[in-house]
Formats: sequence, structure tokens, C-alpha cells
Amino acid sequence: MEHPVISAASYVLCHTPQMVRYGSKPSREIAKDGQGVADRIGGALRSFDDAVAYPPNQVFIGNTSPADLRERERPWWRHPVADASRFSSWGEIMPEIEFLGLLKAADQFDVVHLRADAASDIQQALKRHPLGLAVEAERVIGVPPEKFDHLTRQPGSLPLYLDGYSGPVGCVLVGHDEDTNLVAHILLENLATKASAALAVRHLIAEHGLDPASIPYVLNCGEEAVGDRYQRGGGSLSKAIAEQAGLTDASGSDTKAFCCAPAHSIVEGAALVQARVFDNVLVVGGGSLAKLGMKFRSHVEKEMPILEDVLAGVAILIAPDDGHSPLIRLDTVGRHRVASGSSQQSVMQDLVRDPLRRVGWRFTDIDLYATEMHNPEVTEPSGSGNVPDRNYKMIASLAALDGEIGRDEIAAFVAERGTLGFSPTQGHIAAAVPLLGHALRDLKEGRSRRVFFLAKGSLFLGKMTNMSDGMSFAIEGREKPSD
Amino acid sequence: MLRGKKAIIIGERDGVASPAIEACLKTVDTTAIFSLTQCYV
Repeated sequence: MEHPVISAASYVLCHTPQMVRYGSKPSREIAKDGQGVADRIGGALRSFDDAVAYPPNQVFIGNTSPADLRERERPWWRHPVADASRFSSWGEIMPEIEFLGLLKAADQFDVVHLRADAASDIQQALKRHPLGLAVEAERVIGVPPEKFDHLTRQPGSLPLYLDGYSGPVGCVLVGHDEDTNLVAHILLENLATKASAALAVRHLIAEHGLDPASIPYVLNCGEEAVGDRYQRGGGSLSKAIAEQAGLTDASGSDTKAFCCAPAHSIVEGAALVQARVFDNVLVVGGGSLAKLGMKFRSHVEKEMPILEDVLAGVAILIAPDDGHSPLIRLDTVGRHRVASGSSQQSVMQDLVRDPLRRVGWRFTDIDLYATEMHNPEVTEPSGSGNVPDRNYKMIASLAALDGEIGRDEIAAFVAERGTLGFSPTQGHIAAAVPLLGHALRDLKEGRSRRVFFLAKGSLFLGKMTNMSDGMSFAIEGREKPSD
Repeated sequence: MLRGKKAIIIGERDGVASPAIEACLKTVDTTAIFSLTQCYV
């Protein structure tokens, strides 16, 4: 059986500390408690240099490996990576000044406005970017002070801030006077997703020397809802991202499944390539503004910096077998079925055990499992625990129940076939796909043979069902693992 | 201990979901008066 391959992946983080206030939790708390909360948030934000040197962020963009985290003393935020680079061969960590430029460039409806002095600085910063963001830079046009003041006083106008500048440097206007789905906050959320996803695509194109016109179809796996008063969430961001990134020959659609949408999208994209409907498919996901500062209270209480200050973006290219890239084993696709119930054992049977058995593999035939990759340093202070570790223990327990390993081997299984979480809590972004870049590298260089990806989505959050969802698949390398 | 009692159930996606807890409690005649699964990430 032929299988499609994953031929490239890119990863970006956009450091947006001044947008933390617009995360869902911070904005609700500020609305309730006022300036005191806003001040506490302001006092706990990180500098760009700190965000770049934060060890999990360096793992996310591929400059260091997950194994590096095991060796590094915790808390990681107190032990920065020396000489950390904002760029990597997979992408970058972008400062807010540049990201505001991308935000403005992504806006085609004149809802984002920048103060003239800041706009000039933002434009210069974009022009210096190694990707050559000249097209975006040309769109960064500021408005004079008098007009800017007028715009910031418009009903529903949302101010934008930037470190080192006094007062608002920009604002987002409402998209419609009476449409609750086009208020400034929602437009900012969607533009932030569009801009961060497009940045990931720009890196993928540049790093791999791709022709932007060679990509016919884009699947956006982000969770943001694009639409208006008649169809909240009915729109699509995929084509907007494609346009922003210069993919002139692309169409696309969005896949919605909460956090497991990337896994669904990769399977769907692989099927479209396998069926020769498209020559290749690009899976993209942008950052989630709503999740900025989600755990800020516990971070502030524990006198930590607010670590949820980055918007993440990923781009994953699925192509026909090129003879050297890792294969997506479509015969290993697992799905969490309606009839399976909600116990973790049932979920893991559907997502892991049954797909492995279908192709005659044991749990131990997988070198590495990629599950929810949330950074424990973000989640543990609020009592949410170590999410990847819980999932790894569940997989290992199932292997023990099946008699593949002894109960006393569970810890060793987790240590050998799991890894520490390093992803920002950016919803869909954290669900398995952060390990894809590392897996591709390891598979190509023969350090592992098979990596299994599983992701779960919290469907129950939308109040339409009590169920969750899940999707899984294995990718396989061409080389035998080295000893 | 739980037989015949009423229960408020808060489950967690990556731990034990509320329908699974509810199913266990039903076996000892415990009534769920509130059952919710949450996702904390």
C-alpha cells in the first residue's frame, strides 16, 4: 500500500504580551475587578528576550530538542537558554512590534488602525525581517494623531498597546454596528489567527524553497469562529490565510473539532493526496488569542511571569510519497467512536490499541507517542497537573492491561516512549502536532522508526454533547533506528 | 459511603470524564444532580 508523506513542517510563536489582557480569562477578570487586575497582569509580563530564551519556546521552534528539557533545571523560566536565537530552521519567535505589522497587513477592511509614529517603527521592523516581508510592510500605514484619537473614541473600539510606547499605538474597530460576531474583540481574535498562521506558511515556503503557487489546497485546523450574525462560525480562514501567504493557486476549508482538529486535518489531507484529488495539501493552524493568560491568576499568585504570552502557528505539508520523507500510515488511523463511551480506557483503546492491532503492531513497536503536549510549567501552578504525563501513563497502563509490559514497567515505558510537554496552551496547537517537527527530524535521521500521534477534542464544551472526540495516526520513517 | 446519596460530579477530559463517574455511581444508587466535564487546557 502506498502512503502519503509529511514533507515539511514549520512552527512560529508570536510574543504578544500586550494582548494578554484580551485573552478570555484576563478580559473577564479585568471586567469584574477592574484596574487592579490589569495592573497585576501588566506587572507579570515577560520581555521578548525572556520569551525567546524560555526553554520550552526554544524546543517549540526546534532549536533544542524535548530531551534538552529533561536535563534542564526547573523552573524553566528561571533557567533560560544561553545565546537563544529568535529564529530557527523551522520558524521563529516574533516580537510584538512586528506582529502588529502583520495584523495590520492581514486587515482588508480598515478595522485595524495604527498611530503614525508607531506605524513608522513597525514598518521599519518588518522591512528588516529576513523573510522579506516587504508586501506586508507596505500595508502598514499609520494615521495622524488627531484622526487616531478620533478612532480610539469610536464605540466598541479596542486599543492596542506596545512595550515602550505611551498610550495606545493602535485600535481595532467594530466590523458592524449591530453584529455581535463582528465586534472588535472577535475581529482581533480572527486577524491574530490569520496573521500567525500565514507567518508559519511563509516560513515553510522559504525554508523549503517551495513555489507558493504549487499548493492547491489548505486545511485550517484553528478553533476560531469566523462568520457574521447569520452564520457564527460558518466561515473559513483557510483561503484568507492562503491569500495572506501568497498561495495564489490554493483553495481550502476549515476543519472544526476543537483541539483534535489538527489530527483530523492531517488525516483528511493525507486522504486527499492519497486519492490524487490534490498534488499536496497544507494543514495550517494559527494562534488562539482567547487562550492568552488563561492561567494568569495562578502564575501571578506564585510570583511567576505570565507564561501564556505567545500566539502559536503551525504549517504542515502533506505530499505524495517522495521516497525519503516519513510516511503517514493511513492504515493506522484511529478514531474515538460514539459508542465507545468516555472513559479514558475506552478512548485510548479506540485511539491507540485498536489501530496498532489492526496492523499487527504492539505498543512497544512505537518509539515515541505524541499526545497533548502542554507545558507542565504553565498548567501545574493552577492545579491542572501534567497533561502529557497523564496521557502517557494511560497509554502505558493500557499496554500493561494487555499484558505487553508488566505493571512495574509503566514508568519506564513513559520515560522511554514519552516526552515532557513544551507547547504553549494554545488549544489545537498543543494537541500532538508540536512533536511532529521533532519526529520528522528523528525519523529522517534514523533515531526512531515509528511515532504515533493522538489528539483529543473537548466537544462537550459547546453544550451539544457530553462526548469528547479523538483522532490518531502513525508516521513511519525509512531508516532503521540507530543503536 | 455513597449509596443513596446525591452527587455533584465534575469530570476532566484528560482524567476521568463525568459520564464515566456517573456510570460508576449509578451502580450504588447515587443520583447525579449535576454532572459536567471540563477541559482545563
